[in-house]
Amino acid sequence: MSTETRAAITIDPRTRSVVPERRVKATRGDKAVGTVSHVVMGIWSLVVILPMIWTLIGSFKTTKEIFASPFGLPSNWNFDNYVSAWIDNAFGQMFLNTVIVVGVSLVLVMVLGAMCAYVLARFSVPGSRVIYYLMLAGLTFPIFLAIVPLFFILQGMGLLNTLPGLILTYVAFALPFTVFFLFSFFKSLPYEIQDAAYVDGASEWRTFFQVMLPMAKPGMAAVAIMNFLGLWNQFLLPISLNTDKNNWVLSQGMASYASSAGYSLDFGQMFAAVMITIIPVLIVYILFQRQLQGSVSQGTSK
Amino acid sequence: MSYSTVSGGPGLETAAVTAAKAGRRKPSRLGRRKLTFDYVSFLLVFLGLPLAIFLIFVISPFVQAVYYAMTNWTGFTPDMQFIGFDNYVKLFNDDIFLRAMLNNIVLALIVPLVTIVIALIFASMITVGGPSRGQVRGLKGSSFYRVISFFPYVIPAIVIAILWNMIYTPSGGLLNGILGLFGVTDQPAWLGDERTAMGATIFVIVWSMVGFYMILFVAAIKGIPAETLEAARIDGAGRFRTVVSILLPQMRDNVQTAYIYLGIMALDAFVYMAGLNSTGGPGNSTLVMSQYLFRTAFEKGQFGLATAMGVVLAVITLLFAALIIGIFRLVGGKDEGGRA
Repeated sequence: MSTETRAAITIDPRTRSVVPERRVKATRGDKAVGTVSHVVMGIWSLVVILPMIWTLIGSFKTTKEIFASPFGLPSNWNFDNYVSAWIDNAFGQMFLNTVIVVGVSLVLVMVLGAMCAYVLARFSVPGSRVIYYLMLAGLTFPIFLAIVPLFFILQGMGLLNTLPGLILTYVAFALPFTVFFLFSFFKSLPYEIQDAAYVDGASEWRTFFQVMLPMAKPGMAAVAIMNFLGLWNQFLLPISLNTDKNNWVLSQGMASYASSAGYSLDFGQMFAAVMITIIPVLIVYILFQRQLQGSVSQGTSK
Repeated sequence: MSYSTVSGGPGLETAAVTAAKAGRRKPSRLGRRKLTFDYVSFLLVFLGLPLAIFLIFVISPFVQAVYYAMTNWTGFTPDMQFIGFDNYVKLFNDDIFLRAMLNNIVLALIVPLVTIVIALIFASMITVGGPSRGQVRGLKGSSFYRVISFFPYVIPAIVIAILWNMIYTPSGGLLNGILGLFGVTDQPAWLGDERTAMGATIFVIVWSMVGFYMILFVAAIKGIPAETLEAARIDGAGRFRTVVSILLPQMRDNVQTAYIYLGIMALDAFVYMAGLNSTGGPGNSTLVMSQYLFRTAFEKGQFGLATAMGVVLAVITLLFAALIIGIFRLVGGKDEGGRA
């Protein structure tokens, strides 16, 4: 068997059957469709990448250079803009706040969501229909309907403008999505194993944490990724419920640029700030893009 | 794809509905339990704790909102009078609010349509764009396109909006710079011009969403059995025919869910507007209800009036979802001889 034919017998890992792929000559129509597709997708890729590259270059320019020409290169490549963006806006503090709020909320919502979904999926509890409709309402109604009363609820509890208050609201609003997704996941787990755990004398608590939860890992990972993105990007809740500047999260810091845009704004610094927020996501994205796209796909098949 | 068989009942036909249907079947072996300490403490914590948080921070504000919307409450003074539907009367006589509502409706009509059409075209190109002989194959190098297109989805929306705000800057912005390269001298002010502001805004939202829905549709297409596609090909269907007659009907539920989610997002649109035109744009051309609500509540302190806006927004959201479900049911019924 020559190397060439062996190479031609490629097996897509997703298709189970081993079908040797015949080498076929592309027809003219194939070439036309292929070319058009590549051109269209190529243009779209440019539309996505070009703004990033432009911002990257812009982040090294002075404001004067930015207004002089959109394509000019910076005369002096240095990190002045990054340093001033980081220091002037207390980016370090905002970064830390964001990591704390998103991290704690994510852990809480995953644990609470999994517990709630597990009970709803596998136990006959009276009122589970009502709970279901309430969750659906939480998923469908706009947060804007709740935002004003929510402000006063948090104020009444003394949690307004605090990180714990923000964390609790994040958890509450991410809960319906988490429960719905994990519900079908827990539903599909075999009952035999749960029974076996009981027979072995495990309590309800132990059955969940040591037997059922580990089996739900793939589902948990998918929901956790989607929740992470949703919470990291959250905007309305922090800007209305967390207005103390020391507690700001990243999206609030960025928004303050937008609202002061056009006046005495340091554009170079704004470009740098945009890069500072994009670079961590970019790195995480490139490392985990397979898992990320996988979890999106899982969402459709459930 | 399991939710394709869901038939009746109001509400969203999303994974949620399947979940509910499944919920009706009671687990056979785990019926009524003895109320031991273990079981009771388990239920209290597992169900009680998440439910308490959810009721306090999500459901109770929704309920309170309906009441506050009928008061003239300003929030900072305890006196609050019940004024019935006066707030709604006021809103529907407020030209600015009506303008914001119109802008929202435009967004909800255009954003999902454009995003879904582009995402479907891209997904089809990637999955069935390969050679027409032999197995049905996708485009070469499609994983590269997928990685690139999906990237905007992971950038925080506020950053996307600011990024495009800079690109649209009339002098020194990337867009007019490129137009200048092609010798276009009549350069629009984009976000600063009443005629172009809305279009420019819609483009940004579409730009940020296309990749995500493309991946979603690619996954849906991959879920269609290869035999179906091969059979169509043997029957002589070309690529276009395959997409229109085979892929689209099979993806109906995915498209419907995408339509509803995108519509709900377009009716909100707050974060994009905050980064693109935080004041509502020239002549309020990009002002949306959520922005007006936020301003009325947190800048003017008219909390009663603001919650009334929230109620209007919620009603429009529900009407939109019902409309989309209705349309899809009509279209689907025609195509597939009453499958639903």
